[in-house]
Amino acid sequence: MRARTRTARRRVVVLAAVASLGAGLLAGCADDGNDDSNESSGGGGGKTTITLGLFGTAGFKESGLYKEYEKLHPNIHIEQTVVERNENYYPALINHLTTNSGLQDIQMVEVGNIAEVVQTQSDKLLDLSKYGKESDYLDWKWKQATTSGGQTIGVGTDVGPMAICYRTDLFKAAGLPTDREEVGKLWAGSWDKLVDVGKQYQKKAKGTTFLDSPGGLLQAILSSETERFYDSSGKVIYKTNPAVKSAFDLTAEAAEAGLVGNQTQFQPAWDTTIANSKFAAMSCPPWMLGYIKGKSKADAKGKWDVAQAPKSGNWGGSFLTVPKSGKNTEEAAKLAAWLTAPEQQAKLFAVQGSFPSTPAAYDSDAVKSAKNDMTGDAPIGTIFAEAAKNIPVQTIGPKDQIIQQGLTDNGVVLVTQGKSPKEAWDNAVKTIDNNLDQ
Amino acid sequence: MTTGHDTAAASPTKEGGAAPARPPAESAAEERRRARLSRRWQRDVRWSPYAFVSPFFLLFLAFGLFPLIYTGWASLHQVELTSPTDMNWVGFRNYTRIFDDDFFWNAAKNTLTIGIISTVPQLLMAMGLAHILNYKLRGSTFYRVAMLAPYATSIAAASLVFVLLFGRDYGMINWALNHVGIDNIDWQNDKWPSQIAVSSIVIWRWTGYNALIYLAAMQAIPQDLYESAALDGASRWQQFFHVTLPSLRPTILFTVVVSTIGASQLFGEPLLFDANKGASGGAQHQFQTLGLYLYEQGWVNQHLGRASAIAWTMFLILIVVGIVNYVISRRLRASS
Repeated sequence: MRARTRTARRRVVVLAAVASLGAGLLAGCADDGNDDSNESSGGGGGKTTITLGLFGTAGFKESGLYKEYEKLHPNIHIEQTVVERNENYYPALINHLTTNSGLQDIQMVEVGNIAEVVQTQSDKLLDLSKYGKESDYLDWKWKQATTSGGQTIGVGTDVGPMAICYRTDLFKAAGLPTDREEVGKLWAGSWDKLVDVGKQYQKKAKGTTFLDSPGGLLQAILSSETERFYDSSGKVIYKTNPAVKSAFDLTAEAAEAGLVGNQTQFQPAWDTTIANSKFAAMSCPPWMLGYIKGKSKADAKGKWDVAQAPKSGNWGGSFLTVPKSGKNTEEAAKLAAWLTAPEQQAKLFAVQGSFPSTPAAYDSDAVKSAKNDMTGDAPIGTIFAEAAKNIPVQTIGPKDQIIQQGLTDNGVVLVTQGKSPKEAWDNAVKTIDNNLDQ
Repeated sequence: MTTGHDTAAASPTKEGGAAPARPPAESAAEERRRARLSRRWQRDVRWSPYAFVSPFFLLFLAFGLFPLIYTGWASLHQVELTSPTDMNWVGFRNYTRIFDDDFFWNAAKNTLTIGIISTVPQLLMAMGLAHILNYKLRGSTFYRVAMLAPYATSIAAASLVFVLLFGRDYGMINWALNHVGIDNIDWQNDKWPSQIAVSSIVIWRWTGYNALIYLAAMQAIPQDLYESAALDGASRWQQFFHVTLPSLRPTILFTVVVSTIGASQLFGEPLLFDANKGASGGAQHQFQTLGLYLYEQGWVNQHLGRASAIAWTMFLILIVVGIVNYVISRRLRASS
């Protein structure tokens, strides 16, 4: 009898062990998102917790906006998770949206992906047109997140009105004007003129190049076009669109003439060319100034200035969306609208340099008096506000990013490595077509 | 009923063969109890082993077999990552298009060349290192641990450092080459330099691991073989070629198989070596491997159907490679 009870007990112990291990496995599969919100709502003492999924440096937390909102709404507790690069953030977001699980209450979407989200995921996202005020936002920014059926699934956080940042010391040494008005006039209205100025600069360049990279120039030209990779009916037209071909050819011409550094943007080697002052100018949305600041040596302080680009364009910016599957969609939508309202965007610009997508903010003191270490006394807020008002309404498409990257990394970059523009174009087109083919 | 119990009780004890002979006089209740226990024991013996091995098979079913079959099913469809449940039947189109997909064959070629550039020197160097370490050395544990250190480093960290070392304008390797009069080499964009650079990451990471495996096998070779070889007047080299190498044959085969599998799945190193942060393996796909192409189609371009077909084609290629490996190894074994 004793022997029997012992084996029985042992069996119970074994079963318990198996059960707990199994439970552990299942718990391992459990949804992290829910665990998080449970924990935090427990810590918040019965408060409603709103979670944000962000990438890069959104800066809401850094500029104290969460604390401010929590003070205004004592029943709300805000948490965020941040992924550094959009390349890693976006595929996961798409996976979460298609499976409708693991989503945060608010999810950020980059402008390069917004068209795809609008076209393929809009049924999973809340219509925010009742929460955000359409008249607050730049017209084109609002439209980018609006479906053909009239739902607005995202409210705009920041935009990237593009100007040209240039080194006054290098311009002076090359015999070019340094005043931002005069510099802007040199190339006003046409990208060809910019390349001509580059040729002039290059004659006295002394080991530097006029622009930083082929990718930056191509990005700038393309962003000032109303139509580039897609037409308004959603058809891919990048191959036949003369605007795209001429942007490619002009960039290739600049690359062949040695006006652009043979670099790819945001690579360590490119960072080093910033630190070593290897180029005189670059296309430059407001957030780029923050990047330059981060990579420059101390002696470059105050040596930069900002002039208007030949034509205005937009580079970068994001949206906040609210997935329907969240528990507190109502509160989340209110928070998203508040975070992107003019007052808050003005504060964000002052701290983080993200330029407001709400024109009302352009007249605020925070924007008007904004300065950057790299550009000294230049009134960057006013300069970028002027650029923002001239940005064309651009037709965007779901695969813009793939096409843009193909034209740059598999295209114009090759010209800086000694390939002919035709070879580069053919290589880019072949790559892009294969990447787009379903 | 009781008789039924009796027979049921009798057979397992015979099968088990361990039941002691019982005294015949026992109460009926005790009999029944025994019978019940014995039946339970019988079931225990028969089914418990299955229960014990089942966790592996259940997990394999969920995370191995199901994805494999589902991938096969998806490869017959046009599926986009943006709506994975929305499938359009396209038959074998995703497979037939692979035949004239230049990018696939380019990736296959790169996988082969990078595999050769990385595996051959790696195994030769591992053999040399193991041979040296097999001598009596002071601080041999230190050398062994040091050799395994790269293996314990994460691929990501290692690759990022290698990207900096292989930088064209500011990299340390070009800087060193400049000192001996060699011009800057574009380790990213030129085909062979980039493949050599990627291979060097693999070599750096796996040489020590293979050396330790060789070392373990070398230490298992009986010392008398060397002694008798020395008595016969064999030099160190002759000992290495005629005693060490033949004894290591199964080990070499093992490392060749493992390295081949590793080379055909090469992914992390070329992905992180690409300074464009894309998955195209360089501007002209000069170091894109099959694994990387699969990832690019599936996760960057979001074509799950095409990616699934590539995955299955890779799987079939690997099976062919595996069969070739098996045939060669059987030949080798038969000849020895």
